[in-house]
Amino acid sequence: MRKFLTILFACMLVLTLFAGCGGNSGNDQGAADDGDTDLPIVRIGVFEPQSGDNGAGGKQEILGMQYANVVTPTVDIAGTTYEVVLEYADNQSANDKAPSAAQTLISKGCSIVLGSYGSGVSIAASDTFKDAGMPVVGVTCTNPAVTAGNSHYFRICFLDPFQGTVLANFAKDQFKASKAYCLAKLGDDYSGGLCNFFMDAFGEANCRYEMFPEGTNDYSTYVANAKAYGADVFFSPVSTEAAALIIDQVASQGLDMPILAGDTWDSNVILNAAKGKNVEIFVTTFYQEGGAPSFDAGIKNWINSDATAKANNGGDDMIAAVSAMGYDAYYLALEALKVAGSTKPGDVLAILGGVTYDGVSGAIAFDTVNGDAVRSVAFVKRCDTSSGEWVFIKQQGVN
Amino acid sequence: MENKRIQNLTSVVFLLALFALVIFLEQVIKPTDTMAMLLTVTKKSAVYALVAVSMNLLNGFTGLFSLGQAGFMLMGAYTYAIFTIESERRDSVYYYFDQVVNVSLPETLGGALGSVGWLVGVLLAIILGGLVAAGVAYLIGFPVLRLKSDYLAIATLGFAEIIRAIFQWRMLGPVTNAANPLKSYVRLSDFKIGTGDAAINISTFVAVLLAVVCIGIIVMLINSSYGRAFKAIREDEVAAEAMGINLYKHKQIAFCISSFFAGVGGAMLAMFANTVQANNFKSNMTFEILLIVVLGGIGSVSGSCIAAVFFIFASEWWLRGLDSGRFLGIFAPGIFRNGFRLVIFSVGIMLVILFFRRGLMGDKELPYYVKWIKDKLTTQKPKAGEANG
Amino acid sequence: MVLFNTTLPYLLSGISVGGQYALIAIGYTMVYGILRLINFAHADVFMVSALCMVYAVTTFQIPLYIAIPLVVALTVLLGFAIERVAYRPLRSAPRMSVMVSAIAVSYTLQNLALYITGGLNKNYPSIPWLSDSITVLEATTKRVTVVTPFLTIALVVILVMFIQRTKIGTAMRAVAKDFETSRLMGIKVDSVISMTFIIGSFLAGIGSMLFFTNYPGVIPTAGAMPGMKAFVAAVFGGIGSIPGAVLGGFVIGICESLIKGLDTILVNTGLLQSPLELATFSDAFTFVLLILILVFKPTGLLGEKIADKV
Repeated sequence: MRKFLTILFACMLVLTLFAGCGGNSGNDQGAADDGDTDLPIVRIGVFEPQSGDNGAGGKQEILGMQYANVVTPTVDIAGTTYEVVLEYADNQSANDKAPSAAQTLISKGCSIVLGSYGSGVSIAASDTFKDAGMPVVGVTCTNPAVTAGNSHYFRICFLDPFQGTVLANFAKDQFKASKAYCLAKLGDDYSGGLCNFFMDAFGEANCRYEMFPEGTNDYSTYVANAKAYGADVFFSPVSTEAAALIIDQVASQGLDMPILAGDTWDSNVILNAAKGKNVEIFVTTFYQEGGAPSFDAGIKNWINSDATAKANNGGDDMIAAVSAMGYDAYYLALEALKVAGSTKPGDVLAILGGVTYDGVSGAIAFDTVNGDAVRSVAFVKRCDTSSGEWVFIKQQGVN
Repeated sequence: MENKRIQNLTSVVFLLALFALVIFLEQVIKPTDTMAMLLTVTKKSAVYALVAVSMNLLNGFTGLFSLGQAGFMLMGAYTYAIFTIESERRDSVYYYFDQVVNVSLPETLGGALGSVGWLVGVLLAIILGGLVAAGVAYLIGFPVLRLKSDYLAIATLGFAEIIRAIFQWRMLGPVTNAANPLKSYVRLSDFKIGTGDAAINISTFVAVLLAVVCIGIIVMLINSSYGRAFKAIREDEVAAEAMGINLYKHKQIAFCISSFFAGVGGAMLAMFANTVQANNFKSNMTFEILLIVVLGGIGSVSGSCIAAVFFIFASEWWLRGLDSGRFLGIFAPGIFRNGFRLVIFSVGIMLVILFFRRGLMGDKELPYYVKWIKDKLTTQKPKAGEANG
Repeated sequence: MVLFNTTLPYLLSGISVGGQYALIAIGYTMVYGILRLINFAHADVFMVSALCMVYAVTTFQIPLYIAIPLVVALTVLLGFAIERVAYRPLRSAPRMSVMVSAIAVSYTLQNLALYITGGLNKNYPSIPWLSDSITVLEATTKRVTVVTPFLTIALVVILVMFIQRTKIGTAMRAVAKDFETSRLMGIKVDSVISMTFIIGSFLAGIGSMLFFTNYPGVIPTAGAMPGMKAFVAAVFGGIGSIPGAVLGGFVIGICESLIKGLDTILVNTGLLQSPLELATFSDAFTFVLLILILVFKPTGLLGEKIADKV
């Protein structure tokens, strides 16, 4: 009987193998029924984390693209109107899951891919996209290694050397800080990179740099380390999940120093964690709410009318900078498709470097070295812990 | 004797057919096709099959319950990557450190001997990865192999975690790039015949070939006198010792060989994944491999291979629709949302473990079942004839 | 004095973390003592308990004084159900199958949590009084940090009395000593095992409440690391021994905390010129302790010697 079951199981296995193949190719032919109209379809890949450490941030970034897709669901390419379909692949914020998520998007027939939130996954998947000749536009991955030395990865945000310098200058100007405590996550390209660039600008000798391993819950010791070191600022550009715990510890230990962080912290997760607590938080970011009133009003309306979107945005209609960036990235992709006059990834890649777009986060153009966005200014915001809102402080450049 | 020869011949024919199929598919499928996923998952399955078989050698054939697989894979992957990074891109990889190791085996040998040298360089780096893993296993073996069952399991699990922490330590950054990823080394997709657009891609074939060769070596080992000694230890340590088998020595041999192939598997995983980062080699990876071994059948090499293919194909490919709203033509984004794939997958595994206790193959191999089917068919034939008559 | 002042905050947080590890470790040690099974799912029961609390308070708006007992009850139910569904059918199977079953349960619970939460961090509701900040010897911390060790010790004393004095406690000890013989003696082994899981899960529920009040982020893998360390604590203290698990928990907690602060302590006291980044080893050091104890005293600090059966 057992043997019989085994054979049966093996047969099922073989059958599913064929079913798997058949099912997938069937999907491809029936592609047109993905959309609501009879228009031909162009696919834009969304390579974002929807779970894991950066899940919250990735979802907010996707929101911007989804809203843009609602506003502008079609695009004219070489005289034909196409319906734009977003294809999603969750890279789970994990570098080892990234290549297969990337491959999924490639085999779904995307013309261009947007993403990801978090630099590590972008670096890990880069070669997979490269081998397939797929153009990718990084939305908020700020580590230089994402675009360095390749010709298929572009990005619309500023870079960590810039952001790190801005934050270091801000710390020196605003707080007359002479010592800084830097906390990054072990093996995380984003926080590790940003801390390194911050220290380069601030002076490595005056910094204490520490890293916590993945899965850390107890940040009290790190906060105690910062206190014992006698730092003037606490620099911790980590994921929002860890950030919430760090803020909690900082508040309960009464750490008397400002916390500085990068663009990931520009999120309502941080506001909710800090609300009503005795902490001082400053972040640099890409976009200031109120920068483009009609966009703000439109996306707020949409978020409030869509329960899933609202849940993905953390339960309120506060607009994260990454949503604005996602919105711009979508339009940049449409622009690229229009210029290319084709839905073939190869054709889009050929012209992507020259595409420009005037978005809600400012004018976007790529430089010719690595395909990075030309941006020279960042917004600095402070968290108002009594009202739970961001307060604009100033625009800061490198100098 | 005659039987044995037929069996060997069948295996060779089967493997040649497999290679031919892989090469054929690789030429037909373009990276942007829907079926391109087939090649990706085939590569990953090859890696996991090798690692699962190496774990089975220890857990299934020698009866040593070890959970250190991820740690040994990590060492193999790092060693391989460090010695094959392109010299001109080293600076961009070791962005925050001054690298110490400045040898790229494929480049050095390739410069001297051309493409053959390049290939030898890659192979050397892979073997070096295996040797480093085996060497560390030898050292770990001294304290650990004296422990029994569960204690051995948690001790090896602990060593894997310690190894991971050491590789992430910033003081070792000039060698390991600390916790940052290594990249720009020789990858599977670098395996091409010819150059430019006319190049023939053989990356999947290379992965499958490497795995088959390594698994073949393990099978030969299992069928040797060492293999019989391992099985004796598994069945009864005391009796085995009484029979004159040096327990410690044989355990040490099994542990080192298993780790060697885990290291080679790690190197292959590095080649597959384009980047290597210590953070990815967590205990979860070991657990995944253990599940594959158990699903395939503890003590069955072909079981481990089949289970690896099934496991990777299902988790990375077939069930992906469960995550993105559409599965088998059913459109239900409310239920088929992110994470559903993993829920179904883990429930499936749970059911197999509860109701299919001995795994897919038990401790038998594929030929056993082939023969069983043949017997069944031949005994049934006369009956069918009777019915007709 | 410099040494004491710099070390104090680490000691405090170490004792607190240690107390939480101790509560989880008891679940491991009791199950292992009886079934010889490393119950990998225990850590995830701990995580699911926290998620239940989050949903009870935020989604269903249940007031805390009802939510707390309700969540503990659910946790107990979960632990009980896991034993029934995943371990009992495998009682006669080889040990490796049972352990793999435990891993599979753990995998399932994590993935289920991932699906339900959508992979997002959930904020643990703050429990008044416990989450207030207080100052102890110039170090500011949450009240729960101070409460945890005392609560842990109180619970353990009750538990030990329960095991020593009551009938079911005696049955538990008997089953742990010899499974087959106690069955022959008329002890209902299955219900004793169920009881073990109930007690273990109850303590995990309490532990989860203390742990997440202190570190209020719940993610699907939140249980994994504390669980692993609690298990090491159980082995360290001598598996099967409840006082051992508690001792192990505190040792592991304090060591971990001290390792994280070691750079700062050494630099501030002038023993070290520049930091060595030793914090990287905070998790690994736990395993170093584990291996040391396994090699030099395989039965743990307070464990009994188990005769080698042939």
